[in-house]
Amino acid sequence: MPYTSHTEAEVQEMLKTIGVKKIEDLFDAVPPQILQKGHYNLPSGLSEQETRQQVTSTADKNNNPKISFLGGGYYQHFVPAHVRHLAGRSEFYTAYTPYQPEISQGILQSIFEYQSMICRLTAMFATNASMYDGSSASGETCLMAANITRRKKILVARSVHPEYREVMKTYCWAKNLEIEEVAFDVQTGQLDFGDLDGKLSEDVAGLFVQSPNFFGVIEDMPSLSAKTHEKGALSVQIIAEALSLGLLKPPGECEVDITVGDGQSYGLAVSGGGPSFGFMATTEKYMRQLPGRIVGESEDVDGKKAYVLTLQAREQHIRREKASSNICTNQALCALTAVIYLSTLGQNLQKLALINHQNALQMQRQLTEQKNWKRSFSAPFFNEFVVEAKDTQSVLRKLKKVGIAGGFDLGRSYPELEGRLLVCTTELIGQPEVQAYLATV
Amino acid sequence: MQTIFEKSVKGRVGCQLPSSLGSDSELSGLTRGQLDAPEVSEVDIVRHYTALSKRAFGVDDGFYPLGSCTMKYNPKINEDMSAYAPIANFHPWQEAEDSQGSLEILYELQEYMRVVTGLPGISLQPAAGSHGELTGVMLMKAFHEKRKDSKRTKILIPDSAHGTNPATANMCGYECVQVPSDASGCVDLVKMRELCDQETVGMMLTIPNTLGIFDRNILEISKILHGQGALLYMDGANLNAILGMVKPGDMGVDVMHINTHKTFSTPHGGGGPGGGVVACTDELSQFLPVPRIEKSGDAYTLNFDYPHSVGRVRAFYGNFGIMARAYTYILRHGKEGTRRIGEFAVLNANYIRARLQGTYNLPHQGNCMHEVVFNDENQAQYHVSTMDIAKRLLDYGMHAPTIYFPLIVHGAMMIEPTETESKQTIDEFCDIMIKISEEAKTDPEMLQQSPHRTVVRRVDAVKAARNPVIVCNTCCT
Repeated sequence: MPYTSHTEAEVQEMLKTIGVKKIEDLFDAVPPQILQKGHYNLPSGLSEQETRQQVTSTADKNNNPKISFLGGGYYQHFVPAHVRHLAGRSEFYTAYTPYQPEISQGILQSIFEYQSMICRLTAMFATNASMYDGSSASGETCLMAANITRRKKILVARSVHPEYREVMKTYCWAKNLEIEEVAFDVQTGQLDFGDLDGKLSEDVAGLFVQSPNFFGVIEDMPSLSAKTHEKGALSVQIIAEALSLGLLKPPGECEVDITVGDGQSYGLAVSGGGPSFGFMATTEKYMRQLPGRIVGESEDVDGKKAYVLTLQAREQHIRREKASSNICTNQALCALTAVIYLSTLGQNLQKLALINHQNALQMQRQLTEQKNWKRSFSAPFFNEFVVEAKDTQSVLRKLKKVGIAGGFDLGRSYPELEGRLLVCTTELIGQPEVQAYLATV
Repeated sequence: MQTIFEKSVKGRVGCQLPSSLGSDSELSGLTRGQLDAPEVSEVDIVRHYTALSKRAFGVDDGFYPLGSCTMKYNPKINEDMSAYAPIANFHPWQEAEDSQGSLEILYELQEYMRVVTGLPGISLQPAAGSHGELTGVMLMKAFHEKRKDSKRTKILIPDSAHGTNPATANMCGYECVQVPSDASGCVDLVKMRELCDQETVGMMLTIPNTLGIFDRNILEISKILHGQGALLYMDGANLNAILGMVKPGDMGVDVMHINTHKTFSTPHGGGGPGGGVVACTDELSQFLPVPRIEKSGDAYTLNFDYPHSVGRVRAFYGNFGIMARAYTYILRHGKEGTRRIGEFAVLNANYIRARLQGTYNLPHQGNCMHEVVFNDENQAQYHVSTMDIAKRLLDYGMHAPTIYFPLIVHGAMMIEPTETESKQTIDEFCDIMIKISEEAKTDPEMLQQSPHRTVVRRVDAVKAARNPVIVCNTCCT
C-alpha cells in the first residue's frame, strides 16, 4: 500500500499496546451488518509508473488547441517559471489554515501581502483572504448585499458571465431571494439604461454588473453606481478578467460598494476552470460584513511584528447559525500564486494590460478590414471582443483543423447572439498567430 | 520580516514583456493612474517567498495532527499530474468532443466515489467541503420543494458539529435546532425523537463525529429521520476513518460531501484550494448541479437536461485540477489501498489513545476512530491549559492538534494522526506529549510562556481585531 510505513510486526505491536487482536476490533461501534468484510469492487492499485502512464494517456485524449483565442472568463497568459516553482514549495502547499500563527508567519504574511495587493488594484478599503472563484464569490455577494440592505431582490446584468449568473441564481433560490436580469444594449454591448430604469426600485439590494463584461465591453460604472445609490441599493462590480485591473479605472474610483471577481489571470493555469481564486473587496463601511478569512497585523508578547487571523467574530466557527456565510478557508495557495505573479509584474502590470488591449484592438481591426467581419458592439473593449463572421460554425471548424481555437461561439450561451464570436487576444498572441488565423478564415 | 512592498526599489523590474501588435487604444478616459505595486527583481522575489516558506509549516515539515483536517501526506505524483500540459492547459470552454480526456478523468473519479460511498449520484462541481455542504443542503431543499412540503424549516444539528453546519443551514434559509449529545458522545436519541417531526428538513451529522466516535445508533438515527419524511445529511469531513470499511449509503445517508483535501490527499494549500464532492441517493440525484458528466457509448458527455436540478454552484467543472490529483491518488490505491487507509487511520489514532490515556484526561472512553479527543483536566492543577500544551508542541517541531473543539469538551485537544504516519513518528509525538505533561508539573510557567523557539511568540489577536491593520501601507510609487 502506497504512502504508509507500518510493517506487519509494527501493526501487531501497536494492536498489543491498544489491547485488541485485530484492526477490525477497533470498529466495534459499527453495526456488524454494515461493516464491509472484504475489498470493494474496484481495480487493484497501480505503481507510480503505471499511474503516470494511465493519467497521461487519458489526458492526452483532450484535443487542446495549439493556438487559442478562447477567453470568456478563463484566460491564457504567460506565467514566468519562478511563480510556479515558489508556489510549489511544499512548506506552502502542504500546510493548512494558519491556526498556529507562531509557525505560520509565512502563510499569514503572504495573505497579508495578497490583501494589500488586491486593495491597491481595486482601490477598495478592505478585502478577505480570497473566495473559491469568481462565480461563487458573486453568489456569496448576493447574500451579503441582501444582509446589508435587508432587501430581497438582486438585479444582474445579462452581460454578466452566463455561468456566474447561473450560480447567483442558485444561491438566491437557496436563500429565498429574487433575482432579475437587466438587458444589454444591442448597439453598444453595455447595460441597457432604459431597462435598468424600469427595474431598479426601492426593493433592490444590489445591482451586479460585470466590467469588462462577458463581451469584453467596458461598462459605465460611475453612472451605474450613481443610479444604484439613488435607490439605496449597492453597486457591485464583477471582474472576470482580473488583468483589466492593471489598466482600467478601478472599482474604488467608480463608487462601487463591493467588487468580486476571479483571479485566474494572475499566474494560474486554465486547468478546466479551476482551481483559481475569487476575490472580494469592499469599503470601510462594509468591512465587517465580508465572509471568509482576513489576516491582520499585530504583535507578539515581545512586541515583535506578527500576523494573525482576525475579525473572526464574523465567521462560522464562532457565530455558527448566525454567520452569513459558511466559507471556511479559501484558495490560499492560488492567492499566494497571485501575489508572487503580481510582485513579478509590479508596475508592469499596467503595460501588460495595455498590450492585451492593443493586441485585441489590432486583431479586431484586421478581421473587420481584411475579412469584412462586423464588430458587434460599439463600446470600448479590453482584451476580447465580439464579431460576426459569415458562417461561424464553418469558420470554427476550419480553424480547429489547423489547431486554432478561434473564439467562443456566443450562441452557446446567448441564443439572441447566434453566429457571433467572442475572440480573446492576450499577450500570448503575436503576429504569427494572427496570420495563421487570418490565413485560415 | 519586511513585506514585498517594503523591498521595492524604484525602477527595478521583475520581468520583460513581449511587444504589442499595435499602438492604438480606445480607452481614453477609462484608465487608472499609476499602480502602486512593488518594483522588485526576480531574485528579490525568489528570496522573499523562499524566506516566507521557511516560516511556514506543512505536512512535509513534520507531524501535523490537526484533528478533523486529515493532514495526510500529499503524494508528489499528484502535483505532477495536475501540472501535465493536457490537464493544465485544458480550457473550460473547449467543446465536449475536444475534452474527452478530462471528462474521462472526472467520470472515472465519479465511478470510484459511487463505490466507496454506496451512493449513486455524484457531483464534482463544489469547490470545497463547505461548498459541498451548501450544495448538499440545497439538494434537501429541492427535494422537499418538489414534494410541495413547504412546512419543513428546521435542520437538526448535534452540539458536537462543525460551525459550517449551522452556517450552511442559514444560507439555505433554514432554522437550526441543536441536538444534545449523550454521556457517551453520541446523539441523544431520546431528545432527537422529541425534536424530529414533520417540520424537520433533515439532520446534518458528522460521522464519525468530532469526538472521533462512530455513533453506534446510526441506523436508528436514519430510521427516525426517514420515519418523519426527513433526510440524513452526512458531513464527510471524517470519511477517512471509514474509507473501505463502511459505505455511507448503507447507513441510510441520503446526501453527503467529501473533502478531497482530507480523504483524497489533495494538498491543503495553506487553506485551499479544496474540493467538495457531493454524493447522494438515486432519489436525490435529479437535483444535483448541472451539467452532469455521463458516458454514452464510448463518448463522455455533459448533460444539462435535468429540469429539477438546483442549478450550478460553480462555473465550469469546479476545481478540475484538484480532481485530477484525487484521480491520481485513487489509481495508486485501488481496492486494497482504499481499505488500508481506513484501517491504518483508525489504528494510529487508537495507538495514541492507548499511549496517552492516563497522562491526559480522556473524556470519552472506548475505541476511537480516526481521531482521539483529550483535554487538559489533569494539567489544570498546575494551571497549564490546552493552549499552553499546544504552543509547547510547536517548540518541539510539531504542529498542534485542533484545540478547543469540539465545543462540548472543555479544553479539547483533538488529535488526528492519519494513516501515513509511521510508528516512530507517532511514538515521538507521544513521548513529547508525556514530556510536556512532566513540564507542567515541574515548570508550568515555562509552558505558559511557550512557544520559545518559533520566529514569533504568542501573538496578540485582540489587538489585531480591535484596530484592524489588514493591508500594508508602504507606497512604492
